[in-house]
Amino acid sequence: MNTLTIATPTSPGLWALAWRRLRSDRLAMAALAVVVMFLLTLLLSATGIVAKNWDAEVGVNYAPPAFLGAQTAEERGVQGIDAAEEAPPENPRDPLGPILRQLRAERAAAAGATGSTGGAALDDYGIVDPLAREIAEIRGGQGARRAEAVQEKRATLPFGADKWGHDIVLKTVKGSETSIIVGLAAALLATLLGTLLGAVSGYYGSWVDDFLNWFYSVFTSIPYLLLILAVAAVLQQKGVATIVLILGLTGWTGVYRQIRAEYIKHKGREYVLAADAIGASNLRRMFIHIFPNVSHVALVQLSILTVGFIKSEVILSFLGFGVPVGVASWGSMLNEAQNELILGKWWQLAAASAAMAVLVTAFSLFTDALRDALDPKLK
Amino acid sequence: MTTESDTLLGVRDLRVSFRLDKHGKQPDFEAVKGIGFDIPENATVALVGESGSGKSVTALAILGLLPPENAIVLPGSRIVYGGRNLLELPKNALRDLRGRDISMIFQEPMSSLNPVFTVGYQIAETLRLHMGLSSRQARARVLELLDEVGIPDPQAKSSAYPFQLSGGQQQRAMIAMAIACNPRLLIADEPTTALDVTIQKQILELLAALQDKHRMSVLFITHDLAVVGEIADRVVVMRDGGIREQGSSDQVFGNPRDSYTRALLKCRPPLEKRPQRLAVIEDFMQADIPPPEPAERRRGVVGSEPVILEVRNLGKSFFTREGLFGKREFKAAHGVSFKLPRGKTLGVVGESGSGKTTVGLTLMRLHEATAGAALFEGRDLFSMPEAEFKRYKRRIQIVFQNPYASLNPRFTVGQILSEPLSIHGIGSGDAARRRLVDELLARVGLSEAAYHKYPHEFSGGQRQRIAIARCLTMKPDILICDESVSALDVSVQAQVLNLLQDLQDEFGLSYIFISHDLAVVKYMSDQVLVMNRGEVVEYADSDEIYLRPQHPYTRKLLSAIPKAGQRIRRQISPA
Repeated sequence: MNTLTIATPTSPGLWALAWRRLRSDRLAMAALAVVVMFLLTLLLSATGIVAKNWDAEVGVNYAPPAFLGAQTAEERGVQGIDAAEEAPPENPRDPLGPILRQLRAERAAAAGATGSTGGAALDDYGIVDPLAREIAEIRGGQGARRAEAVQEKRATLPFGADKWGHDIVLKTVKGSETSIIVGLAAALLATLLGTLLGAVSGYYGSWVDDFLNWFYSVFTSIPYLLLILAVAAVLQQKGVATIVLILGLTGWTGVYRQIRAEYIKHKGREYVLAADAIGASNLRRMFIHIFPNVSHVALVQLSILTVGFIKSEVILSFLGFGVPVGVASWGSMLNEAQNELILGKWWQLAAASAAMAVLVTAFSLFTDALRDALDPKLK
Repeated sequence: MTTESDTLLGVRDLRVSFRLDKHGKQPDFEAVKGIGFDIPENATVALVGESGSGKSVTALAILGLLPPENAIVLPGSRIVYGGRNLLELPKNALRDLRGRDISMIFQEPMSSLNPVFTVGYQIAETLRLHMGLSSRQARARVLELLDEVGIPDPQAKSSAYPFQLSGGQQQRAMIAMAIACNPRLLIADEPTTALDVTIQKQILELLAALQDKHRMSVLFITHDLAVVGEIADRVVVMRDGGIREQGSSDQVFGNPRDSYTRALLKCRPPLEKRPQRLAVIEDFMQADIPPPEPAERRRGVVGSEPVILEVRNLGKSFFTREGLFGKREFKAAHGVSFKLPRGKTLGVVGESGSGKTTVGLTLMRLHEATAGAALFEGRDLFSMPEAEFKRYKRRIQIVFQNPYASLNPRFTVGQILSEPLSIHGIGSGDAARRRLVDELLARVGLSEAAYHKYPHEFSGGQRQRIAIARCLTMKPDILICDESVSALDVSVQAQVLNLLQDLQDEFGLSYIFISHDLAVVKYMSDQVLVMNRGEVVEYADSDEIYLRPQHPYTRKLLSAIPKAGQRIRRQISPA
């Protein structure tokens, strides 16, 4: 009575059956839709279709979100450089005003009388400035560009701007790209390492297992953050690849234990003995026979690690050990937001946290559902 | 011997369905299709059927233990006990009844006992809950009960944990728990299936004696008709959720009316003769007249046959670490010697722990031998390097016990059967291999459609056929069958045994046939090796073993084989 064999015309494999179970889970499908949406955005931004020019200064500094309305200059608090450069209006109560005016008039008269300067500009002391023309040119160019910029810079943006006037929406999209790529790549690396080591350790046992277990124990006895900081210090360079390496090299331990346990369990099963009996080699037994039977464990671990590493990237970047300056990620956005909050500019913080919270929640829910779908007996 | 008045429990028109998926896309599966039978007072009723017959579902329905999430008891079903319909009783009334009036013992004693409590504690718990005894009274009663079920030294065993008892003692402890409250009905679901034959006999004797002494009724559920012949008063034969036949034990065994019952009785290998083929269910179901008795098959060796495998003094020890540097040696098998003539069958028989499986695995070098030699065409298999052994591997193959575990669940049947071909470079090209696989599938009685299916879509017997086909792909000379039919229903077992015999006739295979079932071994083998505790106790022609057993252990094994229709003596013997 324990097996009901139902004849089906097609023969669904493990993955087809899991997908069928997953599809009947509404929450999982909603979570999957959110995750897929994020991945699509990532794809679009990575190929440069959207958010290519996220670092263009399209808004005024700290332009508020459109729904808050434009801010006045005082509200903006910080004076723009262009405002400081403009010639100050004459202050009628300035005691030096009349003297300066007189000085200028005298100098102009002298210049007109002698004509010795040959049209070259004289400074306030009547000396010829050799760089005057170049400076004038630069000034002229700057003025033109500034005029252009002032023309294009908008007072508000859909979700505001940061210190430099970058559009927060585009910056968040670009930041998602970095964070998700770091999370996925690091999780892939860690899962690959953990699976390989776990498989070798569990399958061969004896001294190989002893050695790897010893290595694992030493490795896990170091506090996690310290380990990350140590690897970061050794690698020296900052960059996306570095942080992937750091997370991947430190995060394999959980996968290792799980996969090792699975291999120990499976290597004595009759189907593996049967494979031995027909002459299958060790590698063949490890990866062609056993691996498909434990791959769901690796997949669930991959999913769990991705969520964890996205969060780790945020923390590392927030602490300043993550992606370099000039690369947008959720972590670097939060890092910038520290100073902005004092000025009351909350939108960069809100955008980065919201994007992260939505993705992490959806991914976690999806991971749970995935585990249930792949291993229905566990439920 | 029973009349309507002394019926203890009556099942009336019981119908149980299982919901297969919650969206109702698939129709419900009807597991029990309107059955009815009586359990008289002070009698043993056997409920017999193969897997999928609905016998266990019936027992669970009586106890109200069907899984509530997907089992539906259809309206109109009634289970009458003491004038009340158990199916309509409120939950707590039913719980009160369970354990006190009706109790149950299960197939696997190890998994039915809680491993973290002592045996005594678990029995005492039942007593305190249902009988309201104090701890001191309960403890005294536990000792009485353990003594009654024949566990030696009850004082010590009551404070033992389940893993410290042997399988037979565990089942005795379960029985003690079940009879603790003097139930009126004891439901025993395959209580001896997981046990060795000699232990099985003891447990059957114990159940019969207890039933007599306490004047209770027993509902004995089993797949093996032969087992119940010795203890049942009435027999109910079920198949596919319906009752095929019910009647007194004498009538069912002596004069079975139903063709299915007749088939079940016939498809177990008989001890006293050796038909060419075993009867299978289809023989009886298609024609209503019983098929003619097949001719006898001759077995045995004359001594002049060419020997294909000679094993000398095979030994296999396992070592466990003890202390810092010490190790303890456990001899799983030692001093095993035999000669296997080409095209003949050597049976290896013994109880669990006798080392018979170790011998099989060591011959395949799945275990490394610690002593001895195995000469295959004059070459020692144990001492040759791994690379050289690979060539011999395809000539010795093994079929494992559990067809549910020996096939990789992630491979299709096609992949399973093609793999040995590609490993050993048999057949040129995919098309040739595909043709070879299809031929083999047809040979073992499976259709070509099986090629793209996964093992879980097949029944146990079909899976064992796939496992046999996998071995045949390599055209081996020797096939080791390690308990290959033990996990199968008797009717399916007969089919697989017939297939093995046909293959031997066709390809001239030599078999090493390992089993705990002496009847099957005797039927299949030319020579038999009886093993006990890692040693060979007797080695002779199979007819010789059956007719003139020399060793007391062999005699003990022979006497434990259940004989249908012969009542056993009702007296308790110690474990």
